[in-house]
Amino acid sequence: MLESGLIIRALMRNKIGALLIALQIALTMTIMVNAIFMIQDRQQQMARESGINEEDTFYLTNTIFAQDYNIQVGLQTDLNAIRKTPGVVDAIQINAIPLSGGGWSSGLQTEPGEDKDGIGTAIYMVDDHAINALDLELIAGTNFSPSDIGWRLPAQSAWPAKVIITQALANSLFPDNGQSALGKTVYISNNQPMQVIGIIKNLQAPWNGWSGVERSALVPFQMESRSGRYFIRTEPGRRDELMPVIESMLANSDKGRIIRRLSTMEETREQSYRQHNATNKILMTVVSTLTLITAFGIVGLAIFSINRRTKQIGTRRALGATRWQVMRYFMVENFFISAVGITIGIIGTVSLNYWLVNKFNMTPLGFELIALGVVTLVIVGQLAVLYPARKAALISPATATRTV
Amino acid sequence: MFFYYLRLARISILRHWGLSLLMVTAIALGIGAAMTTVTVNYLMSADPIPSKSHALHTIQLDNWDESNPFKEGLEPPPFLTYRDAKNLLSAKKAQRQTMHTAAKAVIEPLAEEDLPLYVTVRANTADFFTMFETPFVYGGPWQKEVDDNNDLVVVLSEKINERLFAGENSVGKSIKINGDLYKVVGVLANWQPKPRFYHVDKVKAFDDSEDIFLPFTAITRKKINFDDNSYCWGPTTDNWQDYLNSECAWVHFWVEFNSPAEKQQYRDFLNGYVEEQRLYGRFKRPNDNRINTLEQWFKAREVINKDNNMLMAMAFLFLGVCLLNTVGLLLAKFLGKSPEIGLRQALGASKSTLFYQYMVESACIGVMGGLLGLLFTYLGLAGIEVLYGEKMKALVTLDAQLVIFAILLSVAATVIAGLYPTWRACNVAPANQLKSQ
Repeated sequence: MLESGLIIRALMRNKIGALLIALQIALTMTIMVNAIFMIQDRQQQMARESGINEEDTFYLTNTIFAQDYNIQVGLQTDLNAIRKTPGVVDAIQINAIPLSGGGWSSGLQTEPGEDKDGIGTAIYMVDDHAINALDLELIAGTNFSPSDIGWRLPAQSAWPAKVIITQALANSLFPDNGQSALGKTVYISNNQPMQVIGIIKNLQAPWNGWSGVERSALVPFQMESRSGRYFIRTEPGRRDELMPVIESMLANSDKGRIIRRLSTMEETREQSYRQHNATNKILMTVVSTLTLITAFGIVGLAIFSINRRTKQIGTRRALGATRWQVMRYFMVENFFISAVGITIGIIGTVSLNYWLVNKFNMTPLGFELIALGVVTLVIVGQLAVLYPARKAALISPATATRTV
Repeated sequence: MFFYYLRLARISILRHWGLSLLMVTAIALGIGAAMTTVTVNYLMSADPIPSKSHALHTIQLDNWDESNPFKEGLEPPPFLTYRDAKNLLSAKKAQRQTMHTAAKAVIEPLAEEDLPLYVTVRANTADFFTMFETPFVYGGPWQKEVDDNNDLVVVLSEKINERLFAGENSVGKSIKINGDLYKVVGVLANWQPKPRFYHVDKVKAFDDSEDIFLPFTAITRKKINFDDNSYCWGPTTDNWQDYLNSECAWVHFWVEFNSPAEKQQYRDFLNGYVEEQRLYGRFKRPNDNRINTLEQWFKAREVINKDNNMLMAMAFLFLGVCLLNTVGLLLAKFLGKSPEIGLRQALGASKSTLFYQYMVESACIGVMGGLLGLLFTYLGLAGIEVLYGEKMKALVTLDAQLVIFAILLSVAATVIAGLYPTWRACNVAPANQLKSQ
C-alpha cells in the first residue's frame, strides 16, 4: 500500500500509544479464543446422546420402612400396576439413572483371573423390560427373556449368566472387532463368567465427566432392596400428566413405604450439566463484554489521535488528498496495530492454552479457532475505527489555514 | 490543595465525559468480573470452623491392593475401613477422635394419622459434637458409653425438631426408625457450616448438614443403611459382617490435636499401628499414612471446582485488558493536555505538583470505577445464583472485607494504570508547547 511507510513512521512517533492498543488486542484475542474453545468443548460434551428417551421419561425413589414387608412381592405388584396404567409405555426397577451422577461401576475382562486387566463399565441392573422402558436400540443379539432375571439380595456377590453391553464397551473389550463381542464370555469380579447376548447402540453411564461414559452394561437383576428406583416411560406428551397419577397411586396402594424424589430425565440432564451451562454463559458474557471494551477503546484512542492531528489532516486535504484517502489512512493504521496485536495474541493464546491443558487436563486448541480469532479481531478493529476515520475524513481543508 | 485538585479533576472528567465514562465502565467491568470470581472462591475456601480449623485433621491409610494401587498410588483411599477406624477409635491416642458416615432413614409415625418422614442421617460417635462444636438448643451430645453399649439415642436438627415436636424441648421423647425407638438426647441449633467441612467432595461440599444424628452402632448393627461412597478391593463379601471386616474404605475418621507434638506422636502411633497390622498380612503397600489438615483435605477432595479457578484466571486477564484500555485512554487524554501542562509549568508549577494533580484525577476515576464495579459484582453474584441454583446461595454474599478489597483493588489498579500517562504528561517540554500556542 502506498502510504505504508508514512503510516509506520507516524506510528513510531507514538510507539507507546499504539503498543497499548496492540497489547489490548493481544490479550483480548488470548481470552476470546481460549474461552470460545472451552465453550465448544463443553457444548460437545453436552450434545452427546444419553442413548435413552429423555422426553417422555421420569423416575422416582421407593423407600420401604415397614417391618415385615415382602419386598419381592411388593416390587412385582408395583411394576404391574405402573405398566397397566393407561398412557404408560413401560416401567422398570433400575439401580442407577444415566447422567444422574450416582451409580455402580465394575470391571469387565475378557479372560478370567485377578491379574488380568479389566475395562471399567457402568452397571445397570434391570429386567427384560429395560430396552423398551429406556427406549434403547438393540443393534445385535437378543433381549433378556423373563427367565434370565434373577434376584439380587443385599450384599450378594454372585452375578447372573447373561449381559447386554453397549457398542462402545464391546469395542473397548474387543479392540480388534467390536461386533465379535456377541456370544463371547466376559468376566466380572475377576472370574465370574457372563455371556454377551446383546449389543445396544448407546447408553451413557451415570457420570458425565468420566472418560468411559459411553461404556455401560445391562445386567438381568431385580434388586431386593428397601430403597429402589422405578424408571417409567410414558406415551409422548403424557409424562407431566401421569407423574402425579403414578405417585399417588403408589403412595396410596401401600402405606409401608415413601415415594419421593420424583424427577424427569429432562431435569436430570439440566442438573447434570448445570455447571457446564453456567460456565459457558459466564464465558460468553466475558467474551462479548471484552470485545466491546476493546472496540470502544480503539474508538476512543482513534478519536483522540484524530483530534490531535486535525491540522495535519486539514493540510493533507488542502494538498489534494481525497476523503477516502484520509479514511484509508486511519484504517490502514488500525490494521497495522491490529496485526502487531494479533501476532502477540497468537503467542498468548497458545501459551494460555498450553497452561490450561497442563493445569486442567484440557485438550489442545485447534488451528481453525485461532484463524477465526484473527479474522474476528481484524474485523472488530476495522469496524471500530470506521466512525473516527469518517470523522477525520469530514475535516475541512480550511482547518489547515486557521489558528496559524 | 487536595480539594482544588479534586475540583480540577471534576472539570477535566466532565469535559471529556464520553472518554471518562468509557474508562469508568471498563474499570468497573473488570473489577466486577474479578470480584465476582474472587468472592465465590473466597467463600468456597472460607474457614468453616475458625476456632478449630488448626486442630482438626483427617486420617488416610493405604490399605490398598499391592499390585493395583488406589488412584495410581498418588493418593490413599479417602476413608478408612471399618476395622481400622474402630481400632484407632478405641486406641484413643488423640485428644479427641470420631468416626462417621452418611446414612438415610425413614422416621415412622407414632400416631396413626401422621405421615412417615424421610430423613438424612449422620451416623457418628460422641466426640463428633464436641470436636465440631455443634451448637445445641436443648440437651447435648450423647454420653461416650453409648458408642459401646448400643443405646438407641438421637440428636435432632432444629428443622426436624420443628417438624416433629413443634420446636419444643424434645429431650427425653422418642422417635421411631425401623421399628426401634430412639430417645432424643439433644437438639441442634441451626448448624450449616459452609463448606460442610466434615464431609466434602466435588459434589457434596456445599450440601446442608443432616436431619438427624445417630450413634455409629446403628449402622454397624444394621439398624439403618449407610448411604455414601464405599471403595472396595479384595474378596467379595456376602454378608454384612464380612463387609465390616473387609478392606472396603467407607468410614470418615477425624482427630483433634492441641499441639504439633501431639500430631507427631499420632504419626508415630499410626506407623506402629500399620506395622502391627502387617503381621496379619494387611497393608502390603509402602507406608502412606496421612494426617491432613482441613486445608490439605479440601484440596485433596477438590472442594474448589476447577472451573472456578479457571474462571478466576480469565476474570483477572479480563481486568488486565480493562486496565490496558485505561492506560491507553489516560495517556491520550493527558497528552491532549500538553499545551495546558506547558502553560502551567511556565507559570511555575513543579513536576511534583503536576504529578500530584494528575494522580488525583486518576484516583477519582478509580474510585468511581470501583463503586460501579461493586454494583457489577452484585449483579454478577446474582447471576451466579441464577445459573448455579439454590446451593450457591451461601456463596454469593458480599461482606465488608470484600467490599473494601474491591475498592482498594480498583483504586490501586487505576493509580498504577495512571502512573505512566502522568509521568509522560509531567515530562512535557514547556517551550515546545508554548511555541505552538
